[in-house]
Amino acid sequence: MTQIHVTTTVNGDEVEFLADPRETLLDCLRDKLGMTGAKEGCGTGDCGACSVTVDGRLVCSCLVLGVEAEGKKIETVEGMAEGEKLHPLQRKFIEHAALQCGICTPGILVAAKALLAQNPDPTEEEARYWLAGNLCRCTGYDKIIRAVLDAAAEMREGV
Amino acid sequence: MPLDSKTTGFKYIGTRPDRPDGIDKVTGKARYGADAYASGMLHGVMVRSPHAHAKIKKIDASKALALKGVKAVVTRADFPTGLEGEDWNIQENCMAGEVALYDGHAVAAVAATSLLLAREAAKLIEVEYEVLPHVTDVDEAMKPGAPAIRAGAADYSVPEGLHPNVMRYIEYGHGDLDAGFAAADLVMENTYKTEAAHQGYIEPHACLAQLGSDGKGEMWVCTQGHWFIRRMSAAVLGIDVANLRVTPSEIGGGFGGKTTVFVEPVALALSRKAGKPVKMVMTRSEVLRATGPTSSSSIDVKMGMKKDGTMTAAKVTMRMQGGAFPMAPIDSALDCAFSCYNIPAVHHEGYDVLANRPKQAAYRAPGSPMAAFATESLVDEMCRALKLDPLKTRLKNASREGTKASFGPTFPRIGLVETLEAALAHPHYAAPLGPNQGRGVASGYWMNWGGETSVSAALGEDGSVTVSVGTPDIGGSRASMALMAAEALGIPYENVRVNVVDTGSLGVNEPTHGSRATYATGLATIEAVKQISTKLCQRAADKWGIPAEAVIWEDGCAKPSGPNAGEFPPLAIGELAAEMGGTGGPISGHFEATPSGHGGSFGTHIVDVEVDPETGYTSVLRYTVVQDAGKAIHPAYVEGQFQGGAAQGIGWALNEEYIYGADGRLQNTVFLDYRIPVASDLPMIDTVIVEVPNPGHPYGVRGVGETGITPPLPAVANAVHAAAGVRLRSLPMSPPRILAAIKAKG
Amino acid sequence: MRYHTPATFEDASAIAVAASGVTRFLAGGTDVLVQMRADIVTPDDLIDIKHIPGVKDIVQEDDMCWSIGAAVAGAELTAHEGLCADWPGVIEGMGLVGSTQVQGRATLIGNLCNGSPAADSVPALAAAGAEVSVVGPKGTRQVKVADIPAGPGRTTLAKGEVISGIYLPPRGKGGGDAYLRFIPRTEMDIAVVGCAVNLRVEGDKITEACVVLGAVAPTIVVVEDAAKALIGSTLDAKALDALAAAASAACRPINDKRGTIAFRTDVAGVLARRAAKIAYDRARGAK
Repeated sequence: MTQIHVTTTVNGDEVEFLADPRETLLDCLRDKLGMTGAKEGCGTGDCGACSVTVDGRLVCSCLVLGVEAEGKKIETVEGMAEGEKLHPLQRKFIEHAALQCGICTPGILVAAKALLAQNPDPTEEEARYWLAGNLCRCTGYDKIIRAVLDAAAEMREGV
Repeated sequence: MPLDSKTTGFKYIGTRPDRPDGIDKVTGKARYGADAYASGMLHGVMVRSPHAHAKIKKIDASKALALKGVKAVVTRADFPTGLEGEDWNIQENCMAGEVALYDGHAVAAVAATSLLLAREAAKLIEVEYEVLPHVTDVDEAMKPGAPAIRAGAADYSVPEGLHPNVMRYIEYGHGDLDAGFAAADLVMENTYKTEAAHQGYIEPHACLAQLGSDGKGEMWVCTQGHWFIRRMSAAVLGIDVANLRVTPSEIGGGFGGKTTVFVEPVALALSRKAGKPVKMVMTRSEVLRATGPTSSSSIDVKMGMKKDGTMTAAKVTMRMQGGAFPMAPIDSALDCAFSCYNIPAVHHEGYDVLANRPKQAAYRAPGSPMAAFATESLVDEMCRALKLDPLKTRLKNASREGTKASFGPTFPRIGLVETLEAALAHPHYAAPLGPNQGRGVASGYWMNWGGETSVSAALGEDGSVTVSVGTPDIGGSRASMALMAAEALGIPYENVRVNVVDTGSLGVNEPTHGSRATYATGLATIEAVKQISTKLCQRAADKWGIPAEAVIWEDGCAKPSGPNAGEFPPLAIGELAAEMGGTGGPISGHFEATPSGHGGSFGTHIVDVEVDPETGYTSVLRYTVVQDAGKAIHPAYVEGQFQGGAAQGIGWALNEEYIYGADGRLQNTVFLDYRIPVASDLPMIDTVIVEVPNPGHPYGVRGVGETGITPPLPAVANAVHAAAGVRLRSLPMSPPRILAAIKAKG
Repeated sequence: MRYHTPATFEDASAIAVAASGVTRFLAGGTDVLVQMRADIVTPDDLIDIKHIPGVKDIVQEDDMCWSIGAAVAGAELTAHEGLCADWPGVIEGMGLVGSTQVQGRATLIGNLCNGSPAADSVPALAAAGAEVSVVGPKGTRQVKVADIPAGPGRTTLAKGEVISGIYLPPRGKGGGDAYLRFIPRTEMDIAVVGCAVNLRVEGDKITEACVVLGAVAPTIVVVEDAAKALIGSTLDAKALDALAAAASAACRPINDKRGTIAFRTDVAGVLARRAAKIAYDRARGAK
């Protein structure tokens, strides 16, 4: 199979890789770029553990081909913290014990960040529906939703 | 075991510090099963049976092996013969021998230089099958004429005349059943069925394995217990356990399902054959088709009750299929069936039955949710018939300290009464309900577990402490261990580092299962760090020239104590640690045991639902979990266990199920159709932590992980009855079933 | 697998015509990639249409008709105020497909071409009288959305034909539409039953109506008797009963892992009532 050369931007840095056109963006992030933040929980877009944004739009990276990333801007959980300063969502997830096993956490953080970018003051219901594509089997979602709403409040106050 | 018990006046226990592995897990740095890479690594892919039951006549891998980059193919012929008992079962489940026993059963595996190539090669492996008749339902599997899956494999316990699919039979009880039923004002008997549910961990099984021709190997694996993985893999491959070193990755959920092997021995076999490391990662459909869901069950329950709610007698018969292998959890299911109640006469009967389904694996309180669904639904039906308050009736009959348990022994100090009282007093229980809404309650029990445990602790030169444990951290256990170590040593939480170490670093540890980690690993952690403080007291005593008995450890310092100790300023852990090289050498502590002082945990749940009478759709409006934790070490993670258990139970009650077609193939092999609750399906889940200390743990800990999944099944069924006026005795209570029941009622 | 990025729909069609093996067009990919992963379909040629100019455009033409590009994602539709105001039912239907993440990629035309009888956007598109333009080896043709599905996983498109855009008619006065589906959870499921209602009122009286069911037959079902039950009525109890009965009568469902024949038949009537009420309220609110 012929591999295709892809140039893309991940978390602000330009990267290049060779992709078989059958490989997903998730495969490429993990296996070509060595990034472990996006996880494969299902490979069919049902669990959201591989959530990233492409040109600002939240997607499952398992439902995007690596070759489609050409010229795009990809953001992953690895780009959320600024140096050693965690994003408020990351901090609130730790504070609220909003993770147990942690496998769904990167995807939920990326999805929650996308939510707050377009709706800084979501209701509980809006947060729940926005995150319905991010499965968590450990927490029953309670502490996740609390962490998201608390982070949103803090970000609104501009702390 | 002499325990220096302490149940009040804690400095660190009961606080909610950030978990030590938090930053790694919110930044994507934490390494899980699929996050490991090795140079020269191959990718392994399994070939699986598309038939529920079929003789394997021929496997031809020549086309696959002809592909450039394909390095090895293994079949059962690559594994040793002559295994017995559970070892044979595990080997057979990892790789089918003569017969494929369920849809998705592994029959061959291939390793190649890329995952795409390995997938392509797997499709080129030609397997010739002779399809055999199959059975997937437990009741059908026991009927005359059902295909015998493993004729002659039943154990001695099975009475004559039963179908050869019945592998084990259990019967026990106490009291005079006939007299008990005769004394009742109401006797009710019903049959209940539960469908298999999958643990549904979001991380598929994954490992990176390396095995040399000398039998020495290494493996990185996501598991709840790497010593189990080591023992099982070694048995399946016929190698010595000591030659296999297993390192646990971070684990993306387990719930009991990651306490056994599936791909691990196969990856090792591929690695041995190819001479290179092999990574195997399951797809979601492989997880659903071929790893252990729960058993499905069919249960008859009969109970006698007086008009005032007093239970007089009860009888349960459980039939469970655990897939094509024995060991469906009939034992624990029966033990939990009536454990909440003090009933003078009880009788239990259980049938462990084979069916053409994947080998069941433990799932959070194995067996208890099914038993509770039957018993607690029937109790609710009887309370309705007798117009009794369901919580007060439970309280009237509740097991307490001194009660002869339904499963035999006498209960020590337990907390069921306290959970029932807390539930009764909770505002949720008295809150008003709207039209088409109903409230249900139920209680549940899990006995918890101790198990083999080995922990080491080492003092650093600056007085900080490293604790090495063997139970993987699935839900914040590093934080709990650090809290207990900090409490025992009187040093700050931040000065304790907890590492989950590999099989080469400690004695045998059972997995993080049976709600045992905080109890057993916690107990061992406390004992191990206390050895450090004891040694530090000795060093201080030597320095002061007084007997060690005259030195006590308090607030992280050695202090003279007693009439003959003399006056010395306290020596802090940091000061003693800094000079330990010159005062006798390194200081560490180690504790290993199989602690048996675990204490059972009871819980009582309250749930409000609304049922759409036109569609049968059930929404969960409000949910409250009340459970006895003994002592909550890190309350936030205790609440998390309560909430997670409730969510899983709600899923099992309403929509999760294994759906088999007439061909015996699993029809819902993706999360789209295996419907676990999503965020918008659930309300906030309120929690009440009851603390009735367990005398068997220094700080009173009971395990909290499992009990929470037990009450939701009946609690939701009871709420649906209250809301829609229909009684669902089969799970899941999916909308088509509820609507059919509403229509049938008219 | 060969990956193509043609610059025109004519080129896309030509690649498909020339291909000898399995061909798939790629827009949002939320079905194609799933099928690739599950080994259901591995295309020999994958033709990504997203490099064709205009595929991301939503344009209201001079005649007030809406023209939607082939690669416009669900999230882009939901964010478009004008479109949501005119055709809320169509947008609701599309918005129900998958998660937020899926909405970031999934397209109306992909939902249509996947050929699922349970596709959430198709009943409302058909009820709205939407059309698509089909580019093929013999040129371009306009086709009603309702004429595209041919059965589970099948469409009436010929080899080499590709849909280049979708057109929603001018909303006009007194119009309202709605789409409801039943799933056992709140999100992330395939419709067990779906029902779209599009109608127009003069005063309180319904003058035009179209009722379309999903997931109750091998293709969507346009229920003419249900429309008749509505036309001329003020959505009174009698009309609603007749509507529900007609909807249930039009069902030709199967028993499968997602629902039973009896359930689908019953719930089709329930959803028809509920969707009609929403559409009626919208139509009157819009006058």
